[in-house]
Amino acid sequence: MENHNESHIVPFKTYGIILAVLIVLTLLSVAVTQIDLASLTVFTAILIAAVKSGFVLVYFMHLKFDNKLLKALVGAVFILIALVMFVTFLDYNYR
Amino acid sequence: MSQTIALSHDIHRDDEGSKIGMWLFIFTELLLFAGLFIVYGVYRYLNPVAFHLAAEELSVTVGTVNTIILLVSSACMAMASSAIRMRKKGMTMLMLATTLFIAFMFMVNKYFEWEGKFHHGLFPGSEDLLKLGQGDTLFYGLYFFMTGLHALHIIVGIVLITIVSVKVNNNKLTAENPVLLDNAGLYWHLVDLIWIFLFPLFYLIA
Repeated sequence: MENHNESHIVPFKTYGIILAVLIVLTLLSVAVTQIDLASLTVFTAILIAAVKSGFVLVYFMHLKFDNKLLKALVGAVFILIALVMFVTFLDYNYR
Repeated sequence: MSQTIALSHDIHRDDEGSKIGMWLFIFTELLLFAGLFIVYGVYRYLNPVAFHLAAEELSVTVGTVNTIILLVSSACMAMASSAIRMRKKGMTMLMLATTLFIAFMFMVNKYFEWEGKFHHGLFPGSEDLLKLGQGDTLFYGLYFFMTGLHALHIIVGIVLITIVSVKVNNNKLTAENPVLLDNAGLYWHLVDLIWIFLFPLFYLIA
């Protein structure tokens, strides 16, 4: 019984709002990269992608309503990925 | 009496365990693609001009359309998870069917996009590409490998969501037992998540 009663039903409206935000962010990233911001272009595009992925993880993938263990695990994986990327680029930058 | 106990023991499920299992699989997928993004990053760093020029060959419009339709399909998949819990079978089926339709559309767009590249002699190992030099070869190698691996995930997603749709239709998945639908949804959102990063890296940063 406890299996399905725990899960929280997210209303359609929430998903609709998140979808609208994601589409606006997509169009924003297209618009921003059309303007020449030199080295900032890459940074902005990846920053917007990171924000979008946050919305997908938290709402679409239901993490907002999941238990702390799962949230911590997902966070740890992303921290691991960020660290590996940081170390790799540090290496290439100072070669 | 003993039979009843045996039966109730048989239908024991661990939904939380199933979900964590799915997430562990998703972690391996994230690490796989993260590795590829690092390869892309390093080669881009070493060949900035070639990557910049090669990326201009990709159509921003096709990329944007595919991004938006994939986001819509992800929202539909998430809505299917809510709909099945609200005991709205028709709505669940409609959302799953929409997701499948959009996934198919994504593949059609991808086909025309790749077909166009092949037509211009841009494919791994082609004569034209070899003439362009190392940077372009690396860019298109990564472009075909990463979007190809992503497209393979879309095909797996189509198969998975089809199985889920059949099970929902046969009342095998219901409000009491929606975990397979949820896990298929998690997989589908992962596919969306990867595309969110592929799109700016290949189409926008030109």
